[in-house]
Amino acid sequence: MEEPLLKVEGLCRRFDISRPWLNRVLEGGERQFLTAVADVDIAINRGETFALVGESGSGKSTIARMIVGLLAPTSGQIIFDGTRLDGTDGSKMRALRKRFQMIFQDPFASLNPRWRVGDIIAEPIHRFGLLKGVAVSHRVGELLDTVGLSAGDADKFPHEFSGGQRQRIAIARALSSKPQFIVCDEPTSALDVSVQAQILNLMRDLQDEMGLTYLFISHDLSVVRHMATRIGVLYLGRLVETAESKTLFRSPDHPYTRMLLDAVPDLELSGRRRQQVDGEIPNPIDPPPGCAFHPRCPRVMDRCRIEVPKPVPTASGAAACFAVESVPSPALGGLAKVRS
Amino acid sequence: MTEPPVLSVRDLIVEFPTRRGTLRALDRISFNIRKGEVLGMVGESGAGKSLTGAAIIGLLEPPGRIAGGEVHLRGDRIDSLSPEAMRKVRGRRIGMVFQDPLTSLNPLYTVAQQLVETIRTHDDVTEAAARARAIALLDRVGIPAAARRIDDYPHHFSGGMRQRVVIALALCAEPELVIADEPTTALDVSVQAQIIDLIKEICAERGASVLLITHDMGVIAETADRVAVLYAGRLAELGPVRDVITAAEHPYTQGLMGSIPTLTLESTRLVQIPGAMPRLNEIPTGCAFNPRCQQVFARCRTERPSPIERPGGRQVACWLLSETTAEEAHGGTALEGRGPLPAL
Ligand SMILES: Nc1ncnc2c1ncn2[C@@H]1O[C@H](COP(=O)(O)OP(=O)(O)OP(=O)(O)O)[C@@H](O)[C@H]1O
Ligand SMILES: Nc1ncnc2c1ncn2[C@@H]1O[C@H](COP(=O)(O)OP(=O)(O)OP(=O)(O)O)[C@@H](O)[C@H]1O
Ligand code: SF4
Ligand SMILES: [Mg+2]
Ligand SMILES: [Mg+2]
Repeated sequence: MEEPLLKVEGLCRRFDISRPWLNRVLEGGERQFLTAVADVDIAINRGETFALVGESGSGKSTIARMIVGLLAPTSGQIIFDGTRLDGTDGSKMRALRKRFQMIFQDPFASLNPRWRVGDIIAEPIHRFGLLKGVAVSHRVGELLDTVGLSAGDADKFPHEFSGGQRQRIAIARALSSKPQFIVCDEPTSALDVSVQAQILNLMRDLQDEMGLTYLFISHDLSVVRHMATRIGVLYLGRLVETAESKTLFRSPDHPYTRMLLDAVPDLELSGRRRQQVDGEIPNPIDPPPGCAFHPRCPRVMDRCRIEVPKPVPTASGAAACFAVESVPSPALGGLAKVRS
Repeated sequence: MTEPPVLSVRDLIVEFPTRRGTLRALDRISFNIRKGEVLGMVGESGAGKSLTGAAIIGLLEPPGRIAGGEVHLRGDRIDSLSPEAMRKVRGRRIGMVFQDPLTSLNPLYTVAQQLVETIRTHDDVTEAAARARAIALLDRVGIPAAARRIDDYPHHFSGGMRQRVVIALALCAEPELVIADEPTTALDVSVQAQIIDLIKEICAERGASVLLITHDMGVIAETADRVAVLYAGRLAELGPVRDVITAAEHPYTQGLMGSIPTLTLESTRLVQIPGAMPRLNEIPTGCAFNPRCQQVFARCRTERPSPIERPGGRQVACWLLSETTAEEAHGGTALEGRGPLPAL
């Protein structure tokens, strides 16, 4: 089997959220840590779209930022095309870095307002020394054209564009170093649905044309369903389930995934009564012991309150749940019947 | 004589005077809400959803003002009341739930103080009776250990629990109408469903009608009886939810429905509407949607279409549906999923 383009192994990230040292001394209080990401394993194959879904605070952006090198992992490894990113230095690292890029959620904040669009898009070209002179502006014009803008837009400033157009600019910039891999953190969450459709279609076209691989992050399950080949579901920093997109939506294995799918209002108008979903996400500073989902889980067992479940293989991926472990292929529930 | 609708909005116009002329943010919006009905209002960012809600409850922020039209609550005209009279209507007859629960809750008072005060300004009951009612209501909206938690401050509650408290506050004076503006947008997906279900159930129990404002068509599909689609401050289409979702008649609604990814459909290509909604100072003459419309014809560029009554109680503001222009509109091509990227 072909080596995955990106591999993440045992990725962890803790944040020190203690109050300043002096306050602790004066007012008492322990050091406090928040585990944003724990033991995450992901393998992303060439040309696929791997989506990470999860509710707010589940660790999606933290994983994205570690992969593109904006944040150091507390432990674990990130391996891009067979090379470990942490041990690699200098020029070799630069060569690797230009092969992956990131698109952020907020098309307003991610573009420097004082730079012209052409300079914004050309920045990675200069940084990696890919082209010089007129070749740069020629390439910028091409990129603008690729994302559905026009070469003439290079002279304008970001504020002259709508939200959707700014996200196109961000995509053009991400493409300018001819990357193979793009991490997209909620690329359409700030956009209206009609504009979101334009951007999602564009991203899929570009993937087809350029053979791009995406790590696509979103909290919107419908969007994920539309974009992803495989999906990883996060809950409180842990990957609770990975599966092929089709399987996940037809017969989710993990109780949390089921709950999430059940909670999403959909256009289907089936009139189905949704399963009542209980409770809220616990405080990440002090997560429940054992399986972090156990206080909300309809299939909770004694063991879940003590031990952290490890991922076990499922039909098309893995699920970290003792109930799945004890019943390897659960009969399709009511949800699956309604949805298929 | 038939009972008047709970809410009747007629030709509502909201304007913002600015140095460079007057911006018209709502342009002749009309709709009714019947007793016990949930009317959904959808539209993209800036379409005028929140302004519609704010205008109805008299909370437009200056310099925004109602420049035309009428709003009636059960037959009583409420768009020209004094601020004092309007405040009474707001507390007693119209309940409100906003996106951020903290806009409705005072951080300095306990939940008990806020609920009891609201109940007592509208009903002549003893403090103890009001408190008992407040506890029952908190219990009903799903606050565990309500009798104890009622003395907590808003910041002691999680986001979802706060929104439950706001719902209790909105309903404690037994209003005829509840206006909920993006009540679940700030909440986690798994909590959103709980809150939507709660609003729907509790309003049904109490016979309150609901104006549910949201940009999430899925929420509308599961909650509303009818839906109004706004575009650039105008009503594009209004009708029973099922009809509008499965067989939209306005080209904008058709495009909008096709552009929404769903959980059930295989991932075919999404419908694309080229361009974006115009800003208020750039609304084109004629039909506001005409530069983006694939079925546009001459009349659309010069004359604005008024909502046309359609079978099944639907209203659609589009010249394609007008008998006088049916021939002229030689039925252009429908919105196409596949095709070249649109010019922007
Ligand atoms: N720099 C930081 N310092 C302290 N805590 C942090 C920091 N960055 C993130 N966190 C915490 O880590 C957890 C995961 O955050 P992250 O931003 O990765 O979540 P997310 O899944 O992207 O959420 P969202 O959907 O809201 O974007 C959260 O509890 C967050 O508060
Ligand atoms: N104080 C103001 N001055 C000028 N224009 C305003 C003002 N407040 C609102 N508007 C404009 O009125 C229009 C409608 O705004 P409104 O808040 O009703 O939109 P919305 O449909 O609720 O959008 P969203 O989904 O983003 O909440 C927008 O174009 C907005 O820019
Ligand atoms: S009136 Fe004309 S431009 Fe407007 S939606 Fe109908 S066909 Fe399109
Ligand atoms: Mg994030
Ligand atoms: Mg709004």
